[in-house]
Amino acid sequence: MLVTIAMGCGFLLILIGLFGALNNRNILRMIVAFAVANTGVNLVLVSVGYMRGRTAPILNDAVPVAEAAARIIDPVPQALVLTAIVIGLGVTALMLAYAYKLYQTKGSLDIAKHSELKW
Amino acid sequence: MIKRLSLILLLAGLGSVFLGLMLTYSADESLNQTASYYAEHTAKDLGAANIVTAIIVTYRGLDTLGEVTVLFLTAAIVGLVLAQAKRREPGRALPPAGELLLTGTRLLLPLILLFGAYVFIHGHLTPGGGFQGGAILASAMLLLLLSNPLQRFSHRLITVIESASGALFVFIGVLGIVYAGGFLDNRILPIGTFGELFSAGAIPIIYTLVGLKVGAEFSSMLVSLSETEEL
Repeated sequence: MLVTIAMGCGFLLILIGLFGALNNRNILRMIVAFAVANTGVNLVLVSVGYMRGRTAPILNDAVPVAEAAARIIDPVPQALVLTAIVIGLGVTALMLAYAYKLYQTKGSLDIAKHSELKW
Repeated sequence: MIKRLSLILLLAGLGSVFLGLMLTYSADESLNQTASYYAEHTAKDLGAANIVTAIIVTYRGLDTLGEVTVLFLTAAIVGLVLAQAKRREPGRALPPAGELLLTGTRLLLPLILLFGAYVFIHGHLTPGGGFQGGAILASAMLLLLLSNPLQRFSHRLITVIESASGALFVFIGVLGIVYAGGFLDNRILPIGTFGELFSAGAIPIIYTLVGLKVGAEFSSMLVSLSETEEL
C-alpha cells in the first residue's frame, strides 16, 4: 500500500512537472517544473527499493549485523537517488544561470522571444 | 488549442504507461544478489554501520569522485556564465534587514555550521553524509545572504577549500592503491570498533572532504547567483 502511494505520487509529480514544462512560456516556471519532475523521478526510484516490514539500511541495535540481509531494504536505489538529487541540483543551478543570460540578451524570459534555435 | 490538446494527449499516454508500470509492479520479497552482498559484507569488511554510505564512499567510490567532479564543473560553468554579467554597484542603499532576521542569523549560523559538520562526520553511522552535510553548510551561507544581500564572500577562500579537499580526496584514493586493496579503499586506516565515531577506516575522512567540497561548491553557486542581483 505504502509503496503504491509513494510510487503513484512520484509518477504524478513527473506528469505535473512535464505538463508545467510544456505548458508554460516563462523560462523560470519551466525550471521549477523540471525540478518538480526531478523530485518525482527520485520518489519513484526510492519506492522501488522499499520492501514490506523492513527497515532502513543502517546497522545498529535494532538491526544486528548477522540478520542484516533479512531485515533491511535495498540500499542500492537509495545510493542512486542520493547521486540523482545532487546532480539534479547542479542541473537546476545551470538552468538558472542560463536563464539569467537569456534574460540579459533579450530582456525577456518568454520562451517565444528566444527563437534562434526554432525550426 | 491544438497545442493544448496534443499536450494533454501526450500526458495521458505517458500516464497510462506509468499506470501500467505501477499496477504490474510487485515488490521483491528478498534482497537481490548485489544488495545482499552489500548487506552481509559491509560491517565485516568495511566497518561502516550505514550501508548506503559504504556503497557511495567505498564500493562505488569512483562514481562519487565523478559526481563531485560533475558538481565542480557545474559550479565552474555557473561562475563562468555569470562572471561576464555586468556587476553594477548598488544605486541605492538597501533598507536594513529586520531585527528578527539579523538576530536569528547570528544565533542560527554557528548552529547550522555545527550541524552540517556533525552530519558529514557521522556519515558512516547515521543517515547523512558528505553531500547532505555540504548542503547544510551552504544553507548557512544562504542565510547570511538573506540577512544581507550585498554580503560578499571571498572567492579565493572558497576556491582554496574546494580544490584542497578535492586534491586530498584523490590523494587518499591513491593511498588506497598503495596500502590497501585498490583505489579509494577505506582500509588504509584501522577499521576500529563497529559503531564508534573513529571507525570504518578512511570513510569519515573521505566524507568530511566531500562535505567541505560540496559545501564550497554550493556556496560558490549561491554567491555567483547572488552577485548578479541588480538593484
